[in-house]
Amino acid sequence: MPTLTRWFVKTSLLFFFLALLLGMLLAARSAWPLPEFLAAFAPVYFHMFLVGWVTQLIFGVVYWMFPKYTLERPRRSPALGWAVYLLINLGLLLRLVAEPYHTLNPAAGMGWLLALSAVLQWLAGLFFVINTWGRVKEK
Amino acid sequence: MPALTAWAIRLALLYLLVGFTFGGLLLFHKGVPLRPALWSLLPAHIEFLLIGWTAQLILAMAFWILPRFRGGSRGPAWLAWLAFAALNLGVWLVALAGSFGLSASLTLAGRLAQALAALLFGVYAWRRVKPSGA
Repeated sequence: MPTLTRWFVKTSLLFFFLALLLGMLLAARSAWPLPEFLAAFAPVYFHMFLVGWVTQLIFGVVYWMFPKYTLERPRRSPALGWAVYLLINLGLLLRLVAEPYHTLNPAAGMGWLLALSAVLQWLAGLFFVINTWGRVKEK
Repeated sequence: MPALTAWAIRLALLYLLVGFTFGGLLLFHKGVPLRPALWSLLPAHIEFLLIGWTAQLILAMAFWILPRFRGGSRGPAWLAWLAFAALNLGVWLVALAGSFGLSASLTLAGRLAQALAALLFGVYAWRRVKPSGA
């Protein structure tokens, strides 16, 4: 398994755990008197699970197991692969902090962090598709 | 990889790109308001990423790597082709109905198509879930 895949898979496992932990906290609000601000973390929960865990795991496994691009460049561009890893995780981590903060303090002027998070994650998706497209080959 | 897998994965990658684009616009708009109408993209964002990207990729991979029958056959592939056609029809019906506020019966038709896709793929794949070489 390539180094980049190991980073993708291990990071996705961390997000899986953290997402379910957050899901537990969100569910516990109905049973215990937890702080109201936790409700602002609901979108973060969905995206930690679906982007941080599911999509990131798929990205890592696809990078590893899809057919070779060429014999000389079997995984097309490792640099682009690492860019995908950094962009998706930076974008998601930024969202984890900025989205609840912006929801609770909309006048604080931190909305641009959400916009930056959006751009980083979108670039990750774009670079992943570019790096993967040529490896989808019929045999 | 077989032709069906290649086509389904290409479609899944396009759904990923469009779904991420919609999601990116929504998140951007949440932080720096652009146009309130962007919120109408939410149903398409969810549908493209959950069914068009994730579910389709998983089914495409299953068609490719599940154990084959003796002689290397993948069995009645037409069933799987039909499943993918129904899945994509369902994605578009649900996404368009949700994002453009169209009739709820279109959403229902879309969900029906998706359920049919799951049934067809399940029937197709059932006998391929077996020990290798059996």
